Amino acid sequence: MHTPENISAQLAAQIATAILKTPRQLPQLDAALISSGLIDSFHLVDLALFVEDTFGVRLDDGELNAQCFDTIAQLAALIASRQAG
Amino acid sequence: MTLNENLSLRLLRHAAATPQRTAVRLLKAGQPDHTLTYAGLCASAAGYAAELAASGVHPGEVVIIILQHGPALLAAYWGVVLHGAVPAIMPFLTEKLARERYLADLSSLLRITQPAAIITYAAFENEVRSALPPDAHVRALLTSEAVAPAAQWSAETLAGTRSDPQAMALLQHSSGTTGLQKGVALSHQAVFNQLQAYGGALQCSSADVVVSWLPLYHDMGLIAGFIMPILSGMPLVLLSPFDWVRRPALLLQAISAHRGTLSWLPNFALNFCAQKIRERDLEGVDLRSLRALINCSEPTRADSHAQFAQRFAACGLGSGVLATCYAMAENVFAVTQSTLGSAPQIDVVEQAALDRAGNASAVPAAQGGAQMLSNGRPLPNVQLQIRGVDGTALPERQLGEIALRSDCLLESYYKRPDLTAGAFSNGWYLTGDLGYLANAELYITGRKKDVIIVGGKNIHPHDLEDAAGTVAGVHAGRVVAFGVYNAERGTEDVVLVAEIDSQSAADVAAAVRDRVNRGTDVALAAVHLVPPGWIIKTSSGKAARSANREKYQAAVAAAGPQ
Repeated sequence: MHTPENISAQLAAQIATAILKTPRQLPQLDAALISSGLIDSFHLVDLALFVEDTFGVRLDDGELNAQCFDTIAQLAALIASRQAG
Repeated sequence: MTLNENLSLRLLRHAAATPQRTAVRLLKAGQPDHTLTYAGLCASAAGYAAELAASGVHPGEVVIIILQHGPALLAAYWGVVLHGAVPAIMPFLTEKLARERYLADLSSLLRITQPAAIITYAAFENEVRSALPPDAHVRALLTSEAVAPAAQWSAETLAGTRSDPQAMALLQHSSGTTGLQKGVALSHQAVFNQLQAYGGALQCSSADVVVSWLPLYHDMGLIAGFIMPILSGMPLVLLSPFDWVRRPALLLQAISAHRGTLSWLPNFALNFCAQKIRERDLEGVDLRSLRALINCSEPTRADSHAQFAQRFAACGLGSGVLATCYAMAENVFAVTQSTLGSAPQIDVVEQAALDRAGNASAVPAAQGGAQMLSNGRPLPNVQLQIRGVDGTALPERQLGEIALRSDCLLESYYKRPDLTAGAFSNGWYLTGDLGYLANAELYITGRKKDVIIVGGKNIHPHDLEDAAGTVAGVHAGRVVAFGVYNAERGTEDVVLVAEIDSQSAADVAAAVRDRVNRGTDVALAAVHLVPPGWIIKTSSGKAARSANREKYQAAVAAAGPQ
């Protein structure tokens, strides 16, 4: 079972490496990702694929927006709650 | 050829002949499909036409439509047409774009276009009012909630049936601060000439079904994915762009479910579908109904076609289905089209000779070289010319600016005589795109103008540079933005280079990203911060974008991964 901290760390590493292409500079866990445009809409699908492959949690298309999660911490909490349930 | 016809008469003829035929089937994730018959579409549209007439809007005047993708947008658009007025769609506010920036862009659109009316939502009315410039003469602000379909309507009461074929039928804008100040004005005649020429090249018939996820404020979405199918009697299956980008399989599922025959995509979408669709989302998907899947609106790539073809062959994608087209709003839409039924030609040329001398020398494929994907031949109503820097016509296999002449070109950039004059040379429209002809087929190699194309959307680098220049620590005027082709994504990455003094680079980079995103709705792929004096300027003091792109690419290559 992944802890929220552990999930956050993996998400941050993935976003830095695969999306922002700045592997040495991790995004802040509470930084806005979607509403800030750090992740554009085309990369949301990448993030959903990564979440499913890594944590076994399926994000619905309708959840890929800033209302459902906008930060790494919020996404990690969402994933942890699904895994618990 | 002169037709005594206009968009309204054409639409009404379909409604009279086949009132119960499906004009549009709107798909929205999580909601039941919404089907509009020709009779239903005309009744909804006639409701808008009646409201416009009652509000004192005259035929020939411009009406700006600010609605999200959905039934109201479709009805409002045709309502403006049926009233004989001129529709122009302003993209709706997104969650990222700063409200004040959006309203400033709207304000400048209204100032230049001087519309007689605006159609929006009741909830957005106050924002729109706040953007009205002092010299605006907007006589009506209609809200979509207040407009009901007409219980009764007849062709005689609709002023649009009397529109002169030579009069302006519609306005198309590209996005962003710069794009919204440049409306492409097209006549009814131009639209019909395009539909006839393009419909012929595609061998369109009433047996076709068009499937599209493209937004209607973009020329490919508006013409190929909206006006052409509706006026040609081809049922249109219309998805939301917001749904598609989160679940690209929706397009293929819709083609399969509705036996789609024609669909248009920008190049990046081929890579996006090939890479991001889950196998489980392809269960039961059958693409054998497709006659053509047309790659258009950004440079077309042979490797994108190969990826897509390989991934979806198992779904029944035919080998000659992927096609290419070169198009622009200024020509209504299509300029060239590859021959249907066979894969577009691939021309292998020596890259060095192309770069050095503008000479596209063919080399045997086995020898290696740049793989150029043909955009096909000009439509029968289009003449193409490749021009050298001095404006003379160049022979085949010489690289130059693409110029065109046709009977479906824009009338003008609306109320912008300055831009209109600069766009033409002796009746030829200068596209700003670079390419060459070989065996009468057009190959696009790049652009003379500085516009960046991401996912088929044109982005003006000035808009990004202006936004970034307002960040504390960045020297205004010492900023340059450009596109760098990303082969994995099949489109350009937007890179911004900014000169800074001493502040924490990470803070400035984050602030630049945020400011550009909120100010232009463009997500930067990279922010590259450099010391003063790094950016190469032209003799007139402007940032030389292509020179800076090369310098940036060299710097990135030298540094390796960050």
